[in-house]
Amino acid sequence: MTTILKVDKLSLTYDGKTIIVHELDLQIKAGSITALVGANGCGKSTLLRGLSRLLSPKTGSVHLEGEDVHRMKAKMLAQKLGILPQSPVAPEGLTVHELVAQGRYPHQNWFQQWSKEDEAIVQEALQITNLTMFADRPVDALSGGQRQRAWIAMALAQQTQLLLLDEPTTYLDLAYQLDVLDLLDELNKQGRTIVMVLHDLNQAARYADTMVALRGGQIVAQGTPEQVMTTDNLKQVFGLNARVIRDPVTDTPMCVPISRRRVQREIEPEIRIAEKVS
Amino acid sequence: MASKTKHGDSTRFIQSRAMLPLGLIIGLGLLVLCLAWSITLGAAEISLSTIWDSIFAFDDSSFQHLVIQTVRLPRVVAGALVGASLAVAGAIMQGLTRNPLASPSILGVNAGAAFAVVLTVFILGSPPLSVYSIAAFIGAGVASVLVYALGSMGRSGATPLKLTLVGAVFTAFVSSFTTALLVTSQDTLDQIRFWTVGSLAGRDWALFTQTAPYMLVGLIGALLLARQITTISLGEDIATGLGQNTLIVKGLAAIVVVLLAGGGVALAGPIGFVGLVAPHIVRFIVGQDYRWILPYCALVGGAMVILGDMAARIIIRPQELPVGVMMALIGAPFFIYLARWKLER
Amino acid sequence: MQSTKVKHNWYIFRRGNFSYKLDRRVLPVLLALIVLGVIILIGSVSYGEYDISPLQVLQTILGLEDNSRFQLVVWQFRLPRIVISFMIGAALSVSGTILQGITRNPLADPGILGVTSGASLAAVASIVWFRLPPNYLPFTTFAGASIMAVLIYLLAWKGGSSSIRLILVGIGLAAFTSAITNIMIVFGDIRQVQQAYVWLAGSVYGRDWGHVSSITPWLLVLLPVAILQARQLNTLSLGDDTAKGLGVNVELQRGILLLTSVALAAVSVAVAGTVGFVGLVAPHITRRLVGPAHEGLIPASALLGGVLVMFADLVSRFVIAPSELPVGIVTAMIGAPYFMYLLYRNRNK
Repeated sequence: MTTILKVDKLSLTYDGKTIIVHELDLQIKAGSITALVGANGCGKSTLLRGLSRLLSPKTGSVHLEGEDVHRMKAKMLAQKLGILPQSPVAPEGLTVHELVAQGRYPHQNWFQQWSKEDEAIVQEALQITNLTMFADRPVDALSGGQRQRAWIAMALAQQTQLLLLDEPTTYLDLAYQLDVLDLLDELNKQGRTIVMVLHDLNQAARYADTMVALRGGQIVAQGTPEQVMTTDNLKQVFGLNARVIRDPVTDTPMCVPISRRRVQREIEPEIRIAEKVS
Repeated sequence: MASKTKHGDSTRFIQSRAMLPLGLIIGLGLLVLCLAWSITLGAAEISLSTIWDSIFAFDDSSFQHLVIQTVRLPRVVAGALVGASLAVAGAIMQGLTRNPLASPSILGVNAGAAFAVVLTVFILGSPPLSVYSIAAFIGAGVASVLVYALGSMGRSGATPLKLTLVGAVFTAFVSSFTTALLVTSQDTLDQIRFWTVGSLAGRDWALFTQTAPYMLVGLIGALLLARQITTISLGEDIATGLGQNTLIVKGLAAIVVVLLAGGGVALAGPIGFVGLVAPHIVRFIVGQDYRWILPYCALVGGAMVILGDMAARIIIRPQELPVGVMMALIGAPFFIYLARWKLER
Repeated sequence: MQSTKVKHNWYIFRRGNFSYKLDRRVLPVLLALIVLGVIILIGSVSYGEYDISPLQVLQTILGLEDNSRFQLVVWQFRLPRIVISFMIGAALSVSGTILQGITRNPLADPGILGVTSGASLAAVASIVWFRLPPNYLPFTTFAGASIMAVLIYLLAWKGGSSSIRLILVGIGLAAFTSAITNIMIVFGDIRQVQQAYVWLAGSVYGRDWGHVSSITPWLLVLLPVAILQARQLNTLSLGDDTAKGLGVNVELQRGILLLTSVALAAVSVAVAGTVGFVGLVAPHITRRLVGPAHEGLIPASALLGGVLVMFADLVSRFVIAPSELPVGIVTAMIGAPYFMYLLYRNRNK
């Protein structure tokens, strides 16, 4: 598989002083799903912003198919890379169709504001996200899951190869979370590359081809879920004592945290020792 | 001091709790010094010893003693009381609404008072200052109740943004009526223009005794409520969870604010920014406990108005600027500083 | 796929490579506003001390009436101020529409940007302090408003602009400038102060064709710019991050839009003083009529704002006839209750 996004020695900061992401190297393979995981404040959302040009790098570079992301024309980039910020809010009264239509912005100019192609792509995006029948409803009148799907539909209408999403499942009920992740998986099968920040480790392990674990703005582990989801890594990245078992449904690795109380079963001795030492 | 706040740390200037009462006493001493210093300034310079004599060994044949007793002393005492009241009112408003930008002037109290006074003058011609103060008090009271009631409609209650907006719109609305009256009557405008910007000029004991009781009751009430205000400043839900009857606390606090802000505007006209700025300075010194914030606010607010008034008297001698203008010239940059540095995003 | 029956809410114009879409509600609303505007215009011209019937007004405007007295009253006395009313209403309304879009705050108003208070300071200074003749007012106030806008933007800049900082810095600077205004009001000559008060209250009294022609070029430039920027405004109202993700140069576009908004407010303030609430209320009503897409919202809100101020001007001459109120007081009397109603309606949000 070819590399679609290449990150070299990327350092990111908001105020010029505190370095959030430090000289980070990363390669994203075309056609994969990558999940960025890590504890609160580890820099995973910041990294996502740096990848998409929401945040300019202090040093280092990000290349999309060989082109420097931070030097490309804004509209050119937006035709290749779509980003969905965390819990976006639509203005009051904006309908789903109107929101999704905004995704066509990078493909339009003043003379060409609404071509037949635009309309067809928006309809397709609505259909993929199962929102066709809600097209004329205001976004703020939808349920949480539908609303998130509407935003994803907007990013779809952008028709980009690469889609970056910042915690697309936050504030959603569990059923809606799976709904959204299944949708992203389906989009991936159709050929889109997806990079997302995920809070839930087990969901990350279930859906991602590659997991990237961050701590203190640096990559601690990356690889397949099997390679990343180990007791050692969980300890190192989250400071969490856990067992890793197989997900009974998908057979992916699954993390079961060990609490201090209410433990009913025998746990491997080395974990106990580790617990006492810490 | 400024460099320290820039980093937004929560550590307070006075670290040890034991030092807090001591700081209060020192602050009181400084306030008295400000008072004395302010009295010495004027068309005729008066020495500190003369001030002492005029208070403790009054000689009614001395012109200087007469000036002190009838002109300068009431003026500075009024200034101190007004400053203390506005600062405490501002602190309570900020605590209650959890809005760092709340203060009497921003929430429309001053505009309400100004309208009431202008209306009174428009109808009555040229009433004495004591009538001004009654009108101002009523106007301030009605305005604060209205703004608070409108701003706290709905489930989420009085959110900072809603209150500030209602305050701003109320101010714009009422001011347009004030302007309407002033446009149609030149006499009213001439009568009123010095009052509408807030001034301590010509405040005598009669006016002082007429308005002081409101403010004194308000200050005592504020100190009695301080503990409850600390709790409610953590958020209404938390206060309820801690067993507080927030409705009663809010109601009492609103009465206290009306007494303080209304009394202040009745005595000196609308003076802005003391209520906004003083609580922030005080929080930097003593932290977040309103049992200490409120008394310190009284001192800092009093000192601010007295010093502002001194500056206003000196700056274009022999004329004097209204103290309200002076406070805005000092306070507005501070407000911008707050907006830039304190509210990160 | 796209042949499935999805009801279109838009008129779509396509010719060759050119395509354009507009909310279906826009054209009827524009039409209705034009009709309403013409009715109010004729009513407003015919109302006054010297009675002229609506028919005669129409005939005079169309040049079918030879009565020189009618011509004088209609063309020289009444029409200019009514046209000015319409123009400043349109300017303020579009200014507010833009501002509400970029701040993502439906309650933003050009007045809170502090621009108006900059203009007020300049106006009071030129009336009370420098005692300039009134025909300098448009220039001084425009300068005051522009300087103020630049100051606000610079002071609110902190590695990027943020809407909330813009608003708060605006409030702070407004307080500062009005303190200086107050000094002049307190110490100025009472007659000039009163003159300044009339200006502060917002008035179109005695405006002539000179005023109209002095602001026409501005509106001819600024309103089209606003309409051309509609698509960018649509994306900005989804939030900075989303707009950037869509390839919008957010700082640049927001800068252009803010400048347009400020200039529109400044133009109106320069010729008519501070007419409040139009920029807050008119965009709101319009949004409820034509929806949130700015392609239609901007022209419709321009018309609605214009008609609103024309109406307010009529009321201001009507209420205490034969005297008249400053038009700004009437807009406040209409606007503030509407604002309170809005708050009440949204009380649980």
